[in-house]
Amino acid sequence: MSTYEIEHQQFLRKKKREKRLILFSQIAIIVIFLVGWELLAKSHLVNTFLTSSPGNVISTFVSLHQTNGLYNHIWITVYETILSFTIATVIGIGVATILWWCPKVAKIVDPYLTVINSLPKVALGPLIIIWVGASINSIIFMALLISAIITIINIYNGFMTTDENFITLLKSFQAKKSQIFFKAVLPSNRLTFINSLKINISMSLIGVIMGELLVSKEGLGYLIMYGSQVFNIDLVITSVFLLGIVSYLMYYIITLIEKKLIKK
Amino acid sequence: MDTILKIDHLNKSYHDMKSVILAVEDVTLDIKEKEFISIVGPSGCGKSTILSILSNLEKKSGGNITFNKENCKLGYMLQKDSLFPWRTILENCLLGLEINQELTQENKERVVRLLETYGLKDFMDKYPDSLSGGMRQRVALIRTLAINPDILLLDEPFSALDYQTRLALSDDVYKIIKQEGKTAIMVTHDLAEAISLSDRIVVLTKRPAKVKKIYDIHLTDKSSPIHNRKCKEFSIYYDKIWRDLDVHL
Repeated sequence: MSTYEIEHQQFLRKKKREKRLILFSQIAIIVIFLVGWELLAKSHLVNTFLTSSPGNVISTFVSLHQTNGLYNHIWITVYETILSFTIATVIGIGVATILWWCPKVAKIVDPYLTVINSLPKVALGPLIIIWVGASINSIIFMALLISAIITIINIYNGFMTTDENFITLLKSFQAKKSQIFFKAVLPSNRLTFINSLKINISMSLIGVIMGELLVSKEGLGYLIMYGSQVFNIDLVITSVFLLGIVSYLMYYIITLIEKKLIKK
Repeated sequence: MDTILKIDHLNKSYHDMKSVILAVEDVTLDIKEKEFISIVGPSGCGKSTILSILSNLEKKSGGNITFNKENCKLGYMLQKDSLFPWRTILENCLLGLEINQELTQENKERVVRLLETYGLKDFMDKYPDSLSGGMRQRVALIRTLAINPDILLLDEPFSALDYQTRLALSDDVYKIIKQEGKTAIMVTHDLAEAISLSDRIVVLTKRPAKVKKIYDIHLTDKSSPIHNRKCKEFSIYYDKIWRDLDVHL
């Protein structure tokens, strides 16, 4: 073996060790946290009525699973999120395209977009319930308010920062506006799309949970709200855990799509 | 030789809230078929504006532009190659044809042949990021030639490249343009480049750009731009034009 190879082997070993250390630490943190929590609860150092405990969370999870309500609640939240995500994406791309196409319209609506974007949408919650009604529609509407606006702004900004040189080049071929859009603006913004999908899915979920906290009789947001009203902290924490898993999975799916799209 | 393009009393002004800026004033110029003409002038004088107007990127404020040929097509080669990173080299070269909806099998084969002739065949299916700066600029030239233009407009086509690449590429581009029998109008700030490539050089004044002088370039050895630089007349032209430019810092 030459010295280069030995050196390379050492390099690989070092990288491997580093990777293992990181993974080990990550697992250790969660294990210590859960075990510590459980021990504190078991030894009555903390009041499980307020803090719950991993054991209680598991038994709550099992009982939810047995009464069949669990998957329905998860499904409802996921369904609402996917629905508002899809609508927000369509609205986002559509409106951003219109704004790119008609710069005058963009200039006119600019202050309104900024105000709506900076307004905390929860403030509109009560109004939405009164206008749209205490149903799933309110939840979707809430989620759309949050996710669609930010999607519009992100995609529009992406469109506007398309390399001027690309556009000049197409214009020098006497390209029409539609040709500029489809040949340069759309393809050069693939990254923008992925990034705004990522933001959009998180925003949709936030909107849906906020909506569920305000109205609704189903969904993880409802479980959290209901749990807190009847002071069932076990239920609240179980729901929060489930929500974390759901949101991670949805984000993960987007990164899978990203990998497919970014091949070239 | 016949005149292919007549620029007659061309004017161009820009407007902003405070004032009107005159960029091009009363430029009159005849361009002959298959001639290589360079436009030089102080930086920011409005050289590029003339090309932009010719290629319809900007509107003229006054004067006339007449093409002595029906459906005279222009090809514009810009300073930056602007190759689309998501398209292969071949797809990049076909862009102009796609836009003009002339993507016939025949035209496509012609572009492939151009790539072959000028040493880019092996890179046809590669993406631009695997090419060097000089090669990218060569691709940009072929992309411009793909639409089979009658007149090529070159806007500082070599200025983004390092010195060696620049010399070699200007040789290449010169050969390609002569072989394909194209008329070329080049804007540059590099006098040596202009003298070594051109049949004629138009010197413009400071903003607003007016025609100050037009030189017919006669060099004893006309084999290639790199050789041209060694001719004894080269430095004489250089001196004269340099004085015309009247550069003060």
